[in-house]
Amino acid sequence: MATKTRTVEVALGTAGVDADGRAVRTPMTVTENGAVSTLEAPPLGPAPELQGEHMLINIGPQHPATHGVLRLVLELDGETVVRCVPHIGYLHCGFEKIGEYRQYNQIIPWTDREDYLNSIGNNVAFSIGAERLFGVEVPPRCTVLRVIAMELSRIISHLVWLGTTCIDLGAFTPFLWSFQERENVYNLLESWVGARLTTSATRVGGMAADIPDGWTDQLRNFIRTFPKTVDECDRMLTRNGIWIGRTTGLGVMSSDEAINYGLSGPMLRASGVAYDVRKDFPYLDYETYDFEVPVGSHGDVYDRYLVRMEELRQSTRILAQAVDRLPDGPVNSSDHRVILPPKSRAMSDMESMIHHFKQVMEGPRPPVGEVYVPVESPKGEKGYYFVSDGTAKPVRWRIRPPSYVNLSAISKMVEGHLLSDVIAINASIDIVMGEIDR
Amino acid sequence: MTATFAPVLPGSARPDASAPSTPRNLPEKGGTANPSAEAIAAKFGQAYIRSEVVWGDTTVYVRPDSVLEIVRWLHDDPSQRYDYLSDVTAVEYRDPEQEMEVVWHLRSLPFRRFLRLKAPLAKGSPLVVDSVWPVYKGADWIERECYDMFGITFRGHPDLRRILMWESYREGFPLRKDFPLRGRFSRAEQLRQALSITTEGRYSMEELSVAEAFEDLPEEMRRRLAGGERTGE
Amino acid sequence: MGLSQTSPTSALFDSPNQESWVATRLDFLVNWSRAKSLWPMPFGTACCAIEFMATAATRFDLARFGMERMSFSPRQADVLICAGRVPFKLAPVLRRIWQQMPQPKWCISMGACASSGGMFDNYAVVQGIDTIIPVDVYVPGCPPRPEGLLYGIMMLQEKVMREKMSDAAIRNEMEPDPQSGLYIPASKIDELSEPFGNSVQQTRSGL
Repeated sequence: MATKTRTVEVALGTAGVDADGRAVRTPMTVTENGAVSTLEAPPLGPAPELQGEHMLINIGPQHPATHGVLRLVLELDGETVVRCVPHIGYLHCGFEKIGEYRQYNQIIPWTDREDYLNSIGNNVAFSIGAERLFGVEVPPRCTVLRVIAMELSRIISHLVWLGTTCIDLGAFTPFLWSFQERENVYNLLESWVGARLTTSATRVGGMAADIPDGWTDQLRNFIRTFPKTVDECDRMLTRNGIWIGRTTGLGVMSSDEAINYGLSGPMLRASGVAYDVRKDFPYLDYETYDFEVPVGSHGDVYDRYLVRMEELRQSTRILAQAVDRLPDGPVNSSDHRVILPPKSRAMSDMESMIHHFKQVMEGPRPPVGEVYVPVESPKGEKGYYFVSDGTAKPVRWRIRPPSYVNLSAISKMVEGHLLSDVIAINASIDIVMGEIDR
Repeated sequence: MTATFAPVLPGSARPDASAPSTPRNLPEKGGTANPSAEAIAAKFGQAYIRSEVVWGDTTVYVRPDSVLEIVRWLHDDPSQRYDYLSDVTAVEYRDPEQEMEVVWHLRSLPFRRFLRLKAPLAKGSPLVVDSVWPVYKGADWIERECYDMFGITFRGHPDLRRILMWESYREGFPLRKDFPLRGRFSRAEQLRQALSITTEGRYSMEELSVAEAFEDLPEEMRRRLAGGERTGE
Repeated sequence: MGLSQTSPTSALFDSPNQESWVATRLDFLVNWSRAKSLWPMPFGTACCAIEFMATAATRFDLARFGMERMSFSPRQADVLICAGRVPFKLAPVLRRIWQQMPQPKWCISMGACASSGGMFDNYAVVQGIDTIIPVDVYVPGCPPRPEGLLYGIMMLQEKVMREKMSDAAIRNEMEPDPQSGLYIPASKIDELSEPFGNSVQQTRSGL
C-alpha cells in the first residue's frame, strides 16, 4: 500500500530513569516507511536542588482506568513512580471453594464468570481438562467447533482490551469500532448457545448444542468483514504519533525477566519468547492449523499492542481454516459414562431413564487422579487443575490465572515511569479482575 | 529506545525432537515418564519419595524440607532447565487422615517438558515449606494466595500477607476442608465485620515500608496492623 | 408493558404581548429534568460491567436516555449502577461511594449477583447489595441483556417522574445502627441470605 507519508511526527516517550531518579524522555520519530526510530536523547542538565517529600496516591478500587476493582497504592517522587503496591481481592468470590461442592458439569457456569471476557474459551478449557480426567475422547466435529469457540473468544477478548486501552489513552473511536464487532460475535454465539456473554457452551464429553443451520455462513461473513475493522484500528493507531509516544519504552520486561516472573500470553511474547501453548503443548489438534505466533522484540507496551493486533489476524486465519474443515457427525462423545441418553429414550425406556436419573442426580465419577491441562487463553497460559478422589465432585479445582501472574509483575514494570504511564502499563497487561481474584 | 531482545524459542534444547502434538488416548496410569523424575531420584535420594505418571503427566513426590534445593537444581542444571513456574497450589483431601500436599507445576521451555512436584505435609506438623521465590520471582503472589487460602507458610517469602481476603479476616483459611462453604459466621456478622474494614486502611507511608519488612516489626505492632488499624497520618 | 406515558400536565400559553410562557407543576418540571438527564456512576465489578459497556457502546447507545455522560466520580453522579458481584471486601467501598454521591440519587442493582448474591452463595459474596445501600430498581439476569438494563433505566425514569417533594421518605440514606454498624437489622440480613431452592440440596448433600 503506497500511501504518501505526510509528515514526521515527533512524540515523547519515557525510557526508564537516569541515575538521579528522573524520567528520561526520548524524542521519537516516525519515518516515511513507517518505522519508528529514536533521536539521540538530549543530555539532561544537572539535577536541580529540590528536596521534597514523596507523595502517596491511591488508584482504585473504583477507578475507570483500573479495568475493574484493582487498587494501586503508588509512592511518587514528583510525577515519577518510586514504588507501587497493588492490592487485589476486591472481587474474590470463592470460585475454587464452590467447585468442590459441585459436579463437573455443574461447574461449567462458573467458568463463564471467572474470566468473563473469555467465557466460551473457559468452557472449552474446562471440558478438555475434565475429559482428560475422565479419559473421554470427543468426536472430530466437536474438536473443530471448540477451536472455533476458542478463537472467537480470543477475538472478543482482545477487542475489549483494544477498546478499553484506547479509552485509557484518550482515543474513543476504536472503542466504538471494537464493540460493534463484538456485537457481531455475540450474535453468532447467541444463535449457537442462546447467551451472549455467559455461554456455558460445553459439557464434559461434548457441547451443549450443535451449531444451527446456516451458522457457518454467518461465521464466514464475519471472517470476511472482521479484518477490515482490524485494519481500520491499525491505521488509526499503529503509526499514530501520540499512540507511539504513549506506549513505546514503557513497562519493559526482558525475555529472561518475563520467563522468571511467569508471564504468559501476549505479555510474554512481546518480550520475545515465542511460547504459545497452542504450539508447544497442543490441544484440540492445534498443531494441524497453519498460523503464526507473533513475537515482539522490545517487551514494552507498544509491542504488546502489536502482538495482540497480529493475534486478531491469526485468529481469523484459524477460524477460516476451521470452518472449512468442519466435518459432519455427532458433537457429543458416545461414552455413556458422561453423556446423557437421548431424551426420547429416557422417557420411553426404563434402563435409559435410570441412567439419566443417575447421571443427573449423582453425576459422573472420574477415576482417582489429577490433571493439569493448560490452554492458551487470550491472557496467557490458563490451566485448570483437577484432583479427584473418585467421587462425583472434585477434591480440588484450581484455576491457574494468567492475568494474576501477569499483574504480579506490575510493581516492577511501573517503577521509574510517570504516573500517566502507569495507566498505559496497567492497560497493557489486559487484566480481568474476575480471573485475578476468583 | 530500549534494547531489542532476540527471540527465545521453546524446544530449542531438543531440536531433533518431533513437533509436539495433541495427546490422544492417554493411559490413566503409566506411560512415558519425564526423565527428570529419574534424575531427581538419582540426585536427591534422601528427599525423593516416589513418582508416578497420571494421565500423561509425571508427578514426583518429595520431602517438603528439600523442595527449594530440588527446584533450584531443576532450574539451574543444564540438563533440566525448568525455567518457568506455572503454578503453586495445595490440595487438602476430604479424608482427614490423608496428608495435605503442596503442588508445584514446573515447565521447561527449552525441553518442552512439564513436571509436577508434590510435597506431602505430615499430619500434625506445622504447615511450612520453603518458598521458591528466590528461584522464580513469579512465585510471589501465587504463594501469597496459597498462604491466604490454606494457611501454608512459605519460609523465605519476602512479603507473606493475605492477598485475596483482607488483612483482618478472622474466619480462617477458606479452602481448607474444615471451612464451611458459607463461612463460619452468620451473614449479618460477616457483613458487620466487612463493613468495619477501613477503606483507607493500609494506605500510608508506613504501609509501604510495612510491605517490605512486616516480619521485622515487633509482635505487638504486627498484631495491631493485622487488625486493620490505620497507620500514619 | 409496565411503562405508561406520563400525562402532560404542562401547557403552553401565548400572552397578548407575544411572549410564550409555560405553566406546570414544579414537581413535574423538576422530576422531568432529573429523569431525562441521569448521570450514571458505573460501579462495574464483573461480567455485568461488560454488558453495561455494551449498553453504552454503539448498538444500544445509552445516549438516547440522556445518560451518555458517565460520571466516574461519585460526586457528580445521579444514579449508581452496581453492575456485578460485590464481595465482602468491596462492601465498605460500595457504601463509601454511595455516601459520596450527593442527593438526589438513585441506585440500580444490575444482575443477579448484585441483587441477591446470585450463584455465589458462599463465604465471600454479599447476598444482595440492598443490605448495604437502598436500591431503587433491580435488573434480573446473569448478566442482564442490554435491553434489560435499558428497561430498568426506563423504570427508574418513571419512578423519578412520580416523586413528590412533599414525600419525606424518598431520600432514604439508610443510616447505620449505632450499636452494630449494620444498615438493616441483623435478623433481616440472615433471613434475606438464607439459602433457597436447589442450593440447599446441592451443598448439604453428601459427596
